[in-house]
Amino acid sequence: MNATTKEVKNTLSLEKGINALKEQIDAPTAAFFSSCVNCGLCAEACLFYTETNDPKYTPINKVEPLRRVWASEYTLFGKLKKALGLAKPVTDDMLAEWETLIYDGCTLCGRCSMVCPVGNDISTMIRKVREGMVASDHAPEGLVGASTRAVKIGSPMGIRLKALEAQIKHIEADTGLTIPVDVQGADYMALLSSMEIINFPEYIESLAKIFKQADVSWTLSSEAFEATNSGIQIGSSDIARELVQRVVDGAEKLKVKYVISPECGHAFTAIRWDGPNLIGRPYAFKVVHILELLDELRQAGRLKTDGKLDKRLTFHDPCQIVRKGGVLAQPRNLLGQVASEVVEMSDAGKMNWCCGGGGGVSANERADELRLQAFKRKKAQLEEINVEVMVTACANCRLVLEEGLEENNMDMPVLGLSELISEHLIEE
Amino acid sequence: MNKQTLLEMLQQQGISRRGFLKYCTAITSMMALPPSMMPAVAAALESARRPSVIWLSFQECTGCTESLTRSHSPTVEGLIFDHISLDYHHTLQAASGDAAEHAREQAMHDNKGKYLVVVDGSIPLANPGYSTIAGISNLDMLNETVAGAAAVIAVGTCAAFGGLPQADPNPTGAVSVSSLIKDKPVINVSGCPPVPTVITGVLAHFLTFGSIPELDSLGRPKVFFGQSIHDRCYRRPFYDKGLFAETFDDEGAQKGWCLYRLGCKGPMTYNACATLKWNQQTSWPVESGHGCLGCSEPDFWDAGSFYKALSIPDGDYAKASGYAVAAGIAAGAAAGMLNKKTKSDAVARHTKVSVDDFAVNKETD
Amino acid sequence: MELFSTANDFLLWTRGDAFNIAVSIFLIGVFIRVLEIFLMGRKVDFSEPRGTEWGPGLKNIITRSVVDNGTFKRAPFVVIVGYIWHIGFFICILFFIPHIELINAMLGIKWPGLANPLVDATAAVTMFALVAMLWYRLTHPVLKFLSTYEDYLVWVVTFIPLLTGYLAYHRMIDPYPLALGLHILSVEVFLIVFPFTKLMHTITLFIARWYSGAMMGRKGIES
Repeated sequence: MNATTKEVKNTLSLEKGINALKEQIDAPTAAFFSSCVNCGLCAEACLFYTETNDPKYTPINKVEPLRRVWASEYTLFGKLKKALGLAKPVTDDMLAEWETLIYDGCTLCGRCSMVCPVGNDISTMIRKVREGMVASDHAPEGLVGASTRAVKIGSPMGIRLKALEAQIKHIEADTGLTIPVDVQGADYMALLSSMEIINFPEYIESLAKIFKQADVSWTLSSEAFEATNSGIQIGSSDIARELVQRVVDGAEKLKVKYVISPECGHAFTAIRWDGPNLIGRPYAFKVVHILELLDELRQAGRLKTDGKLDKRLTFHDPCQIVRKGGVLAQPRNLLGQVASEVVEMSDAGKMNWCCGGGGGVSANERADELRLQAFKRKKAQLEEINVEVMVTACANCRLVLEEGLEENNMDMPVLGLSELISEHLIEE
Repeated sequence: MNKQTLLEMLQQQGISRRGFLKYCTAITSMMALPPSMMPAVAAALESARRPSVIWLSFQECTGCTESLTRSHSPTVEGLIFDHISLDYHHTLQAASGDAAEHAREQAMHDNKGKYLVVVDGSIPLANPGYSTIAGISNLDMLNETVAGAAAVIAVGTCAAFGGLPQADPNPTGAVSVSSLIKDKPVINVSGCPPVPTVITGVLAHFLTFGSIPELDSLGRPKVFFGQSIHDRCYRRPFYDKGLFAETFDDEGAQKGWCLYRLGCKGPMTYNACATLKWNQQTSWPVESGHGCLGCSEPDFWDAGSFYKALSIPDGDYAKASGYAVAAGIAAGAAAGMLNKKTKSDAVARHTKVSVDDFAVNKETD
Repeated sequence: MELFSTANDFLLWTRGDAFNIAVSIFLIGVFIRVLEIFLMGRKVDFSEPRGTEWGPGLKNIITRSVVDNGTFKRAPFVVIVGYIWHIGFFICILFFIPHIELINAMLGIKWPGLANPLVDATAAVTMFALVAMLWYRLTHPVLKFLSTYEDYLVWVVTFIPLLTGYLAYHRMIDPYPLALGLHILSVEVFLIVFPFTKLMHTITLFIARWYSGAMMGRKGIES
């Protein structure tokens, strides 16, 4: 290791981290920090606290680095304290200590933001802290790897177009349907998450079947098929921008009217809400979540199904889609068409508990043990209602839930909602 | 001059012994002594010799004297008052000029160490010329006269606390008796004016026991000034129930409700008006429908409007608030601009993060 | 040399100069804090909105006061005792007739008050609740972990006005001008401490709740 090499090339630093935190503060953040009264309610909303009883996972504690920067840089009194040497600084050690709180012990599920009595959007603030973590080289290895693969290869799991094409071949062979790729002027461009391509390719098959029956004009893009945005998960707008630009370019090149966000939580957040702000302009297309589209079709009578799944089941609400995405009624409307006995968990709907693996946690191997401990919350919810099947609409949730169920010796299949619908389509 | 006892004097006036004992019972009770003490009070009073009293009037309005001498029919209190040998009093004495001053000096000399000095009115310190008697400044006369006195009674709020002359801006530099006299016992009998029976009660105590009664932290006899108007006010049940008059002739006023909202200072005022009342138990301010002014308290003239409730602050808060809001907006705008600059500087200093940076850092770790 | 020669001097000072100073510091401080927040602004949002901002923002100001059932079951103490002491505190401040007189003199607005014994009982309940909250803050692992000296300082400056008001009303301190002066002084301390501490939440929570509600409303999600 060369000393001068380090000087020249070491581009991530504490200074950059603090600067990134400074950039993140705005009027809402300032209002939030001014209002916190340390009531502790946010802890009760966070599954990492409830399942570990460790107060350090209290959401407002996770944003302490950001709070210190706000206090000493953006308040008159705080600046005075800093001048007198009374301010608590943000040190590299502190950021190192906070890394597991921000990345391992938080999925950005947003329950804390719903519960805070003074109206603080804590999960948005935690997302902001991630910007500082990345810039100061305190992001977990798992996410660093995922982001690097996403940027360099095109997918966080390292999936290239070839792999997708192989899956498409299988599906076309199995179903006799054609999966459109690069169709100029199609109405809808569907995105896919790596998780779906590799682990749950039934999703792609479901899309093909449903769109055939409902006569939806759609396509995939060979240049922009990856929905997962690792930049959002690691918390770097710069990286996220690079990734979302690909989708925007692909969609605008194909001149589609809509981009469909798949059954993946953070992908929806990334493309629907963050994307335009990352690229600094509105899109030339609209974004819709697959469940929103399916429900539209259902309402228009274009979703013809027969029979219902005759098992006692429940729906796990993916955080980014229901609580943070607003797609609350659609899953239940759709389930109602294909399931006969839907039992809701306690806190179901916008207050449902996170699977424990979102926001990059499942890509962070270091967090595995903590994640499985946090799963106990979901376990408790399931045990209360004694169901046979769990349905959800996020591939990451699916995987995480399956792992959690297995760890706890719970024998319960986890189904994707789109898949469930396509299984009940009336065959023509 | 003063060889007659009090009882002899009273009998001369046609008061029977029975009448005298009735008075002693009343005054025993008024001084908050047990009934068993009545004989001792009677014995002391009946053989009391007439003490010499020198009454000094400084910056006063004579209201205290008016109050004390108000009697439509002779009362025993009035006669007690007559019993003292009032050797010097501007308004009441017959002599004037040099003869009057000579009378004072004579009394001081004859009764050295034993006479009482009663003072009404405040003493000006800013310029002795503000108030003089026979060319002698109030301050000098006070010091001179008190030198051989047994005790000093400061009658009225002016003498006790400075009163009206001391009110903002206090042009004469008026001060109270007790701020000047430190080496003699001073009894403050405050009120503007004091209740007549209070002054004679204090004198009676002095005549009976030859000592001064127990005093509160402001030097006032506890027996008369130990209770607040609020605690003895007959309208207190209305205060407690939350029934207040809001104007001087509304329904509440007509029904005799509490006058707190019309500025009554009863809660902070300690005096005997609510029990002893005025004009031989005829009435007192609250009973007449007007809030207590707090006239027996120091600085009551500067304690805010007589018609604004006790809870209302009395500085010029409207002006202060106005300045503060203007200053706050200016400072806030400046702070806000500073914040914007901090942020734009940070944004300008942003260096793009790319995945290559991770690799580099790993290399150099 | 005595600071005040009589209790009356002390009372007059608290109602005069001290009041002006406290109110000035309060106003200047609050304006600085609020403008410091607002002038930071927020970035333009280019994403397509699903809903509006103003309506949901205002709605959140009200609805955020209601805790969801699940969270309530986990932390009933904070919610219940928190409401008791806050509501009690505001009843004592806003519905005690002498206070109404004060507010009317300063702002020109007036409303009917509550009978004194009711306010008195409320004050007692509020003080108990505050003490209970302090105990909770000292013993619950999360609050103990989060709390700093500022949380305890704010507790003290909030509790003392209630205590001194209660003592003054019941005339438990002699002479009364001292009792009333202490109460007024304790409120002045509260006002001075206000802009420098989390007491600002009294004002900024409206801003925070609006922003959250607005941000969520724009996304068409319930807050």
